[in-house]
Amino acid sequence: MATLHTVNKSPFQNQTLISCLGHVKAGDSVLMIEDGVYGAMSGSALSEVVAGMGANIKLFVLTADIAARGIDAGRVAEGVTPVDYEEFVDMAASHDRVQNWL
Amino acid sequence: MSEVVKKFLYVNRKAPYGTIYAQEALEVVLIGAAFDQDVSLAFLDDGVFQLTKGQDTRAAGLKNFSPTFRALGDYEVTKLYVEQESLDERGLTLDDLQDIQYEDEDDDYEEKPSIIVVSRAEMANVMADQDVVLSF
Repeated sequence: MATLHTVNKSPFQNQTLISCLGHVKAGDSVLMIEDGVYGAMSGSALSEVVAGMGANIKLFVLTADIAARGIDAGRVAEGVTPVDYEEFVDMAASHDRVQNWL
Repeated sequence: MSEVVKKFLYVNRKAPYGTIYAQEALEVVLIGAAFDQDVSLAFLDDGVFQLTKGQDTRAAGLKNFSPTFRALGDYEVTKLYVEQESLDERGLTLDDLQDIQYEDEDDDYEEKPSIIVVSRAEMANVMADQDVVLSF
């Protein structure tokens, strides 16, 4: 009974990603999209927080949105899996529910 | 009436008047209530500010929609989950919130509280127990 969580806000703008990570259950997936992809970057003030809170879950980032923002694929933090739109759709279908953190 | 009853959770994470999210959520809840589904509301992060008592929007020239929460019981929306940590972080207690009740038709219409204060971990369980989660 896993949930796919999507986060579309920058963690430097508000608490949405942190709140999401505080409510996930083991086995859930968190997909960072739109401005949410800034939460997937390595070397930021929040990288360790995200990695630590995401210990029991799977972290993903949408490649189209990192590309759009000029973030090199090499800057995506370790433990975060890049996915494309097709994989996004598959994930939505394979989870029991999708919860969008706005 | 639909034969399949699904569990719907409306997640409120925004304060009431700075954006339209809170008011729109309430509109959708009232519409959804007409479809005889198992509806719950969650209030966390700034969403807990939606339930404070004493809201007076007259000077601001806004519509005060906070009394509507007290009418939800008439639409059989009787589960308002409020996160303790979100209250604590904002210096709020249950006393700062409206007294929202519903009449339990299965218990001689006794008035019972609609607000259920839960921990963050319990809120995560509530979310994971739903068929559909709608965020505002």
